[in-house]
Amino acid sequence: MSTPRSASQRVLSNRVFLWLCLCAINIAVVVLAVLLISIVWQGWGTLSWQFLGNFASRKPSEAGIAASLWGSVWVCTICGVVALPLGIGTAVFLEEFAKKSRFTRIVQTNIMNLAGVPSIVYGILGLTAFARMFGVLGTNADDALSWGDSESLWYVRLPFGSSVLAGGLTLMLVILPVVIISTQEALRSVPGSLRAGAMALGATRWQTVWGITLPAAIPGIMTGAILSMSRAIGESAPLLVLGGILLVFNTPQNLMSDFAILPLQIYNWAGRPQPAFHEIAASAIMVQLVVLLAFNGVAVLIRQKLQKPLQ
Amino acid sequence: MNTLSLIASLTLLATSSGVHARTQDAAPLKGAIKIDGSSTVYPITEAVAEEFNKSEKKVRVTVGISGTGGGFKRFCAGEVDIADASRPIKKAEAEAAAKSGVEFVELPIAYDGLTIVVHPKNTWCSSLTLADVKKIYSASGTAKLWKDINPTWPAVAIKVYSPGTDSGTFDYFKEVTVGKDGAIRSDISVSEDDNVLVRGVAGDENSIGFFGCAYYFENKEQLKAVGIDNGKGVIMPTVDTIENGSYTPFSRPLFIYINKASAARPEVEAFVAFYLAHATELVNEVGYVKLPAAIYAKVANNWKLRRIGTQFTTAAGDAVTTPLAQAYE
Repeated sequence: MSTPRSASQRVLSNRVFLWLCLCAINIAVVVLAVLLISIVWQGWGTLSWQFLGNFASRKPSEAGIAASLWGSVWVCTICGVVALPLGIGTAVFLEEFAKKSRFTRIVQTNIMNLAGVPSIVYGILGLTAFARMFGVLGTNADDALSWGDSESLWYVRLPFGSSVLAGGLTLMLVILPVVIISTQEALRSVPGSLRAGAMALGATRWQTVWGITLPAAIPGIMTGAILSMSRAIGESAPLLVLGGILLVFNTPQNLMSDFAILPLQIYNWAGRPQPAFHEIAASAIMVQLVVLLAFNGVAVLIRQKLQKPLQ
Repeated sequence: MNTLSLIASLTLLATSSGVHARTQDAAPLKGAIKIDGSSTVYPITEAVAEEFNKSEKKVRVTVGISGTGGGFKRFCAGEVDIADASRPIKKAEAEAAAKSGVEFVELPIAYDGLTIVVHPKNTWCSSLTLADVKKIYSASGTAKLWKDINPTWPAVAIKVYSPGTDSGTFDYFKEVTVGKDGAIRSDISVSEDDNVLVRGVAGDENSIGFFGCAYYFENKEQLKAVGIDNGKGVIMPTVDTIENGSYTPFSRPLFIYINKASAARPEVEAFVAFYLAHATELVNEVGYVKLPAAIYAKVANNWKLRRIGTQFTTAAGDAVTTPLAQAYE
């Protein structure tokens, strides 16, 4: 402190700071509350089991979100199931196993950069890599290599085309950098003394990671997972590039099924001229929020199950 | 593969008795129809697919909304069977199709009348000539105040609204007002969501905007449509004037393009036949305007003959901007 200040001055600045913080949180909460209330106000009346079970229709009263709801659930489940192990594995390798070298530095820089890439770019990558497989297997879906009956759960074909699997993998690309970075941060926050203690007792590096470091880092990892899954559910640009399907009269049956997603359905309804479509768009937003909370709920559950108290 | 024999038998079927040969006791159709393209055309295709799905449950119809350009990209690569388009195919796109061996049939299916609107309290402006519209919207336009168009109008600034520059609506408007090489003013309020434009114009007494007629028909009490004075009297945008072509030049045709190879598949054949048979009723229901019966007859004939190529290019392959009624007379 260069200039000594009186006690009352310091108390005043403390109070001002407190008020600024309160304002900040209130603005955030009020905006969210206004948004939620207006959505529920608009969408509650048209939300029904029929709305959840019907397919798209030109009549707002008969339109439903069965296809886009289950499309979103399939795509996000695939995305989470692939991205979390892959992302956490990468982070564990970079933090706990890899020696700091020029190679790991390049990888690290690239991951940082990828986290800032607009998601539509991943859409183009997903289209090329997963949906078309670089065109080496032909572009026509009828010529694809396939295994199994197209109606069965285990049907697989190459290239994937604009299927739920291609969609999930594309979203995986979008969230992978975020998962890796947040996992790394969580691992770094685990005190080094814990690792050293485990090593001193003769544990291998793997035993240390599995028994000590990962359980201690689970809260941070799962927070990262929640944030990235929330992003995946709301993402529409990469999937628009991938196929942008809006109307489909089936819920996904297998990994190769065509799919629609909720954000695209909401966007389309909200842009229609008829006000009745705006109302069902609001209902779909409510469903989307529930799906989002459900996915996050799973992450919270995993966190509670896996978290071991540090002693 | 049995595709060849299928095509052969279908050609026989098509030549002998046409699409109506399918009888009630015929085996239900199977297969998949992939459609992609304009989100403007989407409501029509959605309505047709919805009705088609009621009778042909085994056919998996998917409709995407990648936009007219995105749809054509996939269509010309042979990835989708049908492209929804809010403008005719461009020369470069047709060339891409030819390169990958895709032949297509072009079918106009509806009109979207671009409606120019002002605030209901705007008492002075009830019609504009094309030259006036150009004065307001073109980059070199001189009309910044309402007074600049007509000296008896108030000397207040015109607040100009327009759909996003990526939209087909904007493209079409630009082409008929300032031409292909012209430019629209940049100091205007732009939104990709036409509902935002509706709210914008409805909330500002000195504003002007334009969008598809469906948005005007749904918000008639909040907006005032401006008639177009094309020298032969003022024409208001109504279902009738758009359909009979007198509301020029702002009646914009909407299309579907069908891959000729896909058209040989029974499910695609049935779907397109269903589309043409039900277009008149469904088009109006979702807020667009049906084409005159004469054009539908011509379109149905083009489909029957599988007439390939677009009617909007010259013999040399250059794009032309002809009104639909002329191109399909």
